[in-house]
This record gives sequence, structure tokens and C-alpha cells, in this order.
Amino acid sequence: MAEYNLSHLQELETESIHIIREVAAEFENPVMLYSIGKDSSVMVRLAEKAFAPGKVPFPLMHIDSKWKFREMIEFRDNYAKQYGWNLIVESNMEAFNAGVGPFTHGSKVHTDLMKTKALLDALNKYKFDAAFGGARRDEEKSRAKERIFSFRDKFNQWDPKNQRPELWDIYNSRVHKGESIRVFPLSNWTELDIWQYIRLENIPIVPLYYAKERPCVEIDGNIIMADDDRLPKELVPKIHNRMVRFRTLGCWPLTGAVESNATTIEEIVEEMMTTTKSERTTRVIDFDQEASMEQKKREGYF
Amino acid sequence: MEENKIDIKAFLDADEKKDLLRLLTAGSVDDGKSTLIGRLLFDSKKLYEDQLQALTRDSARVGNAGAGQIDYALLLDGLKAEREEGITIDVAYRYFSTNQRKFIIADTPGHEQYTRNMITGGSTANLAIILVDARKGVITQTRRHTFLVSLLGIKHIVLAVNKMDLVDFDKAVFDKIKKEYLELTTQLGIEDVTCFPISAKQGDNVVEKSERTPWFEGTSLLEFLETVPIHRDRNMTNFRYPVQYVLRPDLDFRGFCGKIASGVVRKGDELVALPSMKRSRVKSIVTYEGELEEAFCPQSVTITLEDEIDISRGEMLVRPDDVPNIGRNFETMLVWMDEELMDRGKQFFLKHNTNTTRATIDSIEYRVDVNTMERLEGKDFKLNEIGCVRITTAKTLFFDAYKDNKATGAFILIDPITNNTSAVGMILRPLEGDETNQIELPTLDLKKLGIAAEHYDAIERAVAELGRQGIEVKVIK
Repeated sequence: MAEYNLSHLQELETESIHIIREVAAEFENPVMLYSIGKDSSVMVRLAEKAFAPGKVPFPLMHIDSKWKFREMIEFRDNYAKQYGWNLIVESNMEAFNAGVGPFTHGSKVHTDLMKTKALLDALNKYKFDAAFGGARRDEEKSRAKERIFSFRDKFNQWDPKNQRPELWDIYNSRVHKGESIRVFPLSNWTELDIWQYIRLENIPIVPLYYAKERPCVEIDGNIIMADDDRLPKELVPKIHNRMVRFRTLGCWPLTGAVESNATTIEEIVEEMMTTTKSERTTRVIDFDQEASMEQKKREGYF
Repeated sequence: MEENKIDIKAFLDADEKKDLLRLLTAGSVDDGKSTLIGRLLFDSKKLYEDQLQALTRDSARVGNAGAGQIDYALLLDGLKAEREEGITIDVAYRYFSTNQRKFIIADTPGHEQYTRNMITGGSTANLAIILVDARKGVITQTRRHTFLVSLLGIKHIVLAVNKMDLVDFDKAVFDKIKKEYLELTTQLGIEDVTCFPISAKQGDNVVEKSERTPWFEGTSLLEFLETVPIHRDRNMTNFRYPVQYVLRPDLDFRGFCGKIASGVVRKGDELVALPSMKRSRVKSIVTYEGELEEAFCPQSVTITLEDEIDISRGEMLVRPDDVPNIGRNFETMLVWMDEELMDRGKQFFLKHNTNTTRATIDSIEYRVDVNTMERLEGKDFKLNEIGCVRITTAKTLFFDAYKDNKATGAFILIDPITNNTSAVGMILRPLEGDETNQIELPTLDLKKLGIAAEHYDAIERAVAELGRQGIEVKVIK
């Protein structure tokens, strides 16, 4: 008799596809949140796989904080166009017009208004009852405990002490009006799995992940790329070209680069395997306060 | 340093082929479970240095280990609230890999009120590690954990007799615990049990074999985890395909998406759709990458059929000569997961693979004392109580006994008011005739009711909508 084995990636893939289809079947108005990062890129591909040869039956939504790297926006628009996605882009324009930004208001206020509030407003505006996110449990300690179907009350809040039991592959998708579920189809993937999958499946990713000479300044020990002319004037003379890449992508003033020569996925993985920093440490927002990610999750941020 | 340089492409090529082992760990509060997991993670060299640095900072503040020693347990306690309590409060998932395999650990707490978390963490596990303290041996909690593992149908058990350093690595202590434990697992019908004498804190027999247990003939715990065969644990015999989603991108394509619950399917196979009993053959097995000749559990695929048969979500494709139980009445083990007491007057939602139906608990046959495994008199269950009940569903289900087929023998009960997952079940057997509550499906005999044929379509649409809400109505034309 033939041996019917799946590799770990094939097993993760089938689990994720099952989750994505389950949401499409059971919710009235789901949305896939798209951060344009590598995990999102994998999640989006899994959604395309789940419904092939058909079209994905839900839209993709990007919460644009207005401070994303320009290459991210370009990549987003090209990808959505090429693969026929219905793309929704939402921003907190009120705060943006009031001049909110990380340099003037600090990372906490900026993130609260331009990311968390913008996301919550967008979810309310479209009345989505389920939202996919690309978070992985290995990313950060508070995520290790979160369910794949993560219940949010009508204020979009997560209660880590009151999570629905989740067994086998049977997901409870019942919610009352106004409540919702955040769904994490990549829960069981690790960072290495993501890179491996991108490599094997040739999934397009934003070029910022690869090392290149980029104009950078050092701010509080972080290497920040001067992506547009909103960099405070006093920092402009300190810009130097450095060979860097990004391990995570977000708002450019809040995302530290790492010095690197890695220009292929293999080299990125090699760097990752031998590096001394895990990926979230290049995100400035995580250091704002003790247990900050858990706090943000309770408030409705992913 | 040159010899340490990884050939990254070779590494990735090998990594790609690794399989995945999901494991559950259970132990009492002070059995050293978190320390064991911390060590598996640490010693398998997957911890990043800055996580270690964060650990050293945390240890200085709240650590329970001695001065200067790393408290591995702190690596694992993610949430602020529980770090303050000093205990793990929920299921947490950990990831590590070795050269042989990838691992997902469901880390669950040991104390009584959290049975439901262990059940949650263990439902997908291939293997369970039960920890005991060498000084205490098999205690009540060990019995409970082992019972839960057997209830979940986890095929492989590892008994890790921890803190062997505190009993001078005494073979007699280990042998006595092992003997007592094997009596327990034999009684529960668990076949594959392997025992290890370890010290999680000092590392003996965890990753490397210890020189301090020369009398122990087995491998290290990690080596065992890396090599224990698991791919035969799946049911590859009985093909069950719950239809999850119907894909109709254009008029020419009608595909039935699903994850194969068990068994194997090939192009050309004859299948029957439940409940319509209509037959057809597999025209193609479609994936994003292209068509497959055959597919097997647990692959997610899309099946198209030769004939145009109307099939919706919740229905099932199987082989005509190998059909599951078809019915609305069954006896099942049930674990109560809700703070609210069981209310038998409620009509629950029951989700069974892709099918959702209304359901009632007709009778309680018995409860099980999870510590002694004795059967107790049946009364309404409260949180963490387990027992045997009889259930009637509003819709016809297609099911197998859980012991034969996890995917088609498991279900969850959802409270219709709070929407909480109130209970989870593992089906024991179908009920027939006198054993059922004898309530027939509601029937609409359209001719008898004198309804004109032009209304049939509208009625059938309304009945289909009721079906989506978990209620089945039989229509006779």
C-alpha cells in the first residue's frame, strides 16, 4: 500500500485552506486584512488556493496609516490588480488631516489612531462579521494562547481569560449582531515555515525584505529609512546610505531596518537562523509599554 | 567557525520534507512541565538570543528559580495576568523543530478546573506527554489526565517521570511508577505507552541520554519524539468527504470543496452523496496546482463529478459500499465546557464537521468520575464534568464512532443564547428503534395539504433555508 504522508508545510497548508473556506461558508460578510507583509502574502495565496479555479469570495482590506513605505503601497496595488482582488483601502483621514504622525505624536498615539482606530472604524463601516489576520502564534507570547477563531465583543475586544474552547477542526462561528470573529489561518505557521513556503511557491513579496542600499538615519538605536520628505529636518543631514533590509514591514518611522547583505530568500533564512534578534524586536511599537502587544490586542489591534 | 556554517539550501531542502508532530503536555502544577518544554525549546536551539535576554530580565523580577539560574518556565507564560498568578492558565502553543521533525506543543495546565483546556489542547494531538513527579508517583491528577487522553483517542502516550535527580536516579522508584502506570493504561485500552526517567531541570534523558541512568535502555525523550511513527494513525480506510463549500465560478464548473476527513479518493471512483443517495463518479480532483489522480486525508481539495448532482454544504460524499451511520440519534461521551450548568430544556446548535443542526440532550446515561473512572448517577453536568448522554438532532447526520473516525465522530454543542461552545462530544454508537426518543422529522406532504405545484419551488427554498438554520423538514411531493 502506498504511504500517504504530508510534509509539515502541506499539513499547514491544508489546515489553513480548510479554515479559510469555513469562514467563507459560515459568515455573511468576511474580509481579509492585508498588511502587505510576508505573512499576509502567504495568507492571500492560501485564499487564492482555497477557491481555485474560482475567485476568492471576499475582499482584501488594507488599513493605510498613511506612513507605510511607498514600496508597500506600490506592491499592494500591483498585486491586487494582477490577481483580481477586490481591494479596500481605509485610513483615519480625520486624524491624518489633523497632522497625526509618529514624529509629532509618538508611536503610541499614532498607532492608536492610525492603526487601531482606523481598523475598528473600517470594520464597523462595512459591518464585517469576520476578519482574517495573518498573525502567527510563534510571533509573540500573548499570541501563543489565542484561538484560531478569536471571538471579539461588540467593542472588538479580546478577553484572553474567556476564550471559546476550540477542538479538532470544528470552529464555532456563531456571533450575535455586532460581534465578530478574528480568524488566524496562519496560527500554526512559524517564521521559517513562512519563508520556506514563499520560496517553494514563488510568492511575490515586497522588495524591502531584500537587502539594498537605502538612505537611513539612526533614531534611538533603530535604523530608520528616510522613505519620504516627512523626516524631521534636523535628521536630514544625518542620512547615510546603508546596506539594509527589513524583517517586518509597517510604518516607516516605526520600523527598524537591519544591516544585511541578504538578497535571496536563502540568504534571508540563513541570516534568520544565525541572527540574535527575533523579528518583532525591529518593531518600535512593541516596546512602548510592558506587555504592550497583549494590551493592544485587548483594545482591538491584532 | 567555518565548520558551523550551514549550507542553507541543503538545510531548506531537508526542512521541507519534515513531517509534523502535534503533542500535548499535561502535568500537575509543580511537575516541571514548563521547565521540560522550555528545555525542549531551548536545547533544540530554536530560542533566539533576545528572547533569552528578556528571560533573564523577567527572572530577576518574578522568577522562581534560584539566583543566577534560568527559569525555563518563564519562557512559556505569555500573559501578564497569569505571570502574576505564577501559573499557566490556558492552552498555549509552542513551536520547535529538530533535524527530523517539526513539533507543535499544546501546553495545558494541570489543575482541576481546567480540564476543558486540556481537552482543547489535546484534540489535535498525535501524542501526549504526561508528567509525574518521581517523589509522588501516579497521583489522582495523573489518572485524570490519562483518562482524558484516552477519551480524546490520542494514540501515543509518553510518561515522563520527572525530578529523578531528587530520588538519586533510583531504578526501583522508576520501575514502580512505570508498573503502576501501565496497569492504568491497560485498563483504559491505551496501547502505545513509553516511559522515561528524566530530570527536566538538569536535562537528563530529555535531549541527550543521561549517564546517571545507565539502567535505562530507552532513547532520550526527544529522540523518541523525533522517530515515533504517526502517519499510520489516520484512518485511511473509510473515505468520508464532508462538503464544505460549493464552487461555481462559471456554468461549466461545479466543484465541491472540502478537507478529506478520512480515506483516499481517486479519479473515476464511484461515490454516493448523502443524504440524497445519488451516485456519480469522480471526474476530477482539482487544486490550485492542477488536477490530482488521487487525494487522501487530510488534504483540502475540490472534487467535480461526472453527473450534475445538487449537493450543498453539510452533505457528504462516500463510497457506496462503505457508508457511515445515517441518523438523528446517537449515544455519545460529552465533556461540559461551560460555566453554565447543562440545561436539558435547551435546544443547542450541534456542529459536526461541516453540518450544523439543532439538537437536544434526551437523557443522561451516566457521569464519569474523572479521578477514579467510576460511573456515577446521571444528573445535569457542570463545568469539566464528563459523561455519556443520548442526543437527538433535528437534521440527519452522517457519522461514525469517534474511536473509528475522529473527524466524523466528533462534534461541538453551542449554546443558542450565549453562542458559547458549551460542550464537546465523541460519538459512541448510533441509536435505533426503542432506544431513540421516537420523534419523527416534521413532514410536509404537499399533495395532502392541497398545495398547488407552482408553489413547490418556494416551499423547497424555505425548507433549504431552514436546513441552513439547523432544522430539517421532510417534503413529500
